[in-house]
Amino acid sequence: MTVASAAATASGAHEAHEHHHYTTTGLDHRKIAIWAFIGSECMLFASLISTYLVYKGRSVVGPFPHEAWTSPAGQVFKPILDIPVTSASTFVLLMSSLFMVLALAAVEGKGKPGYEGVLGSSKFWLLATALAGVTFLGFQAYEFTSFVHEGLTIRTNLFGTSFFTLTGFHGTHVAVGVLWLMTLLFIDMKRGLGPRDAIIVDICALYWHFVDVVWIAIFTLVYLIK
Amino acid sequence: MTTDRAHADHAHEHPTWKQYKWVALWLTLITVAEVWAYYIPAFVASKAFVPTLLIMSAVKFTVVVMFYMHLKYDHKLFRALFTGPLVIAVCTLIAFVFLFAYVPVG
Repeated sequence: MTVASAAATASGAHEAHEHHHYTTTGLDHRKIAIWAFIGSECMLFASLISTYLVYKGRSVVGPFPHEAWTSPAGQVFKPILDIPVTSASTFVLLMSSLFMVLALAAVEGKGKPGYEGVLGSSKFWLLATALAGVTFLGFQAYEFTSFVHEGLTIRTNLFGTSFFTLTGFHGTHVAVGVLWLMTLLFIDMKRGLGPRDAIIVDICALYWHFVDVVWIAIFTLVYLIK
Repeated sequence: MTTDRAHADHAHEHPTWKQYKWVALWLTLITVAEVWAYYIPAFVASKAFVPTLLIMSAVKFTVVVMFYMHLKYDHKLFRALFTGPLVIAVCTLIAFVFLFAYVPVG
């Protein structure tokens, strides 16, 4: 092998390495990073959920999540959690996860048979996922606003403090996910996303599904268990 | 080598569209069952209420992680990166709940 060909081989290997971002494990470092990040996010949400559970039932004044409360001034507060509304928002978030996997499948299968038309379009599913996320945020904005109107703020009692912090952090994650999805949609519209780009959609999908599983836990622990 | 690595990365199979839709249907049905249980006063008052809800929630959590996040099909290192911190997080959560379970009387 000549020096020139060795250099070319080394350069080619370097380019391939740069392109695929592989680690010594043979796995893409971006995917390892997102899983490590999700692992750390488990810790964050466990701390917020445990704080909520520790404070559960310890509020001295209302409004309370599941019980009515009459203030010393005689004002009656009904149970503040609205289960039908939250069930609807939960359904929307669950469906958004379905849309997200279909978006990833559409990116991976672009150009292959069975991925023609609107239902095989990654743009359609990315947009559907983002819209579902925005709808979820709309439900949350409605919930927060109605709670404030009914007399529960982040400073009212221990329930208000822990509830707004926990669900607010989750909502912020959803908002970041929506921005991420909109960015992918923009890239898809600008130059198109194909099988070569599946990894960047996969990473976003993993984040989005994690936000969904956190909500699965919150919905049960905060809303349904009295 | 690059080809081998690419193969290692994408060797796992993903579920089909049909499977994704079945997963969505099961997630929806479990959620409906959870909300339904919430509106049955006799069940809410029973000792089975909280464990039942926790089990249903855990099943939903596991299904999303296994099928939508592809952990069932992916490399075991990803499984370790997720389940390790998750186990520590759940243990921390349980520890905190017990640590602060004491309520002064009177």
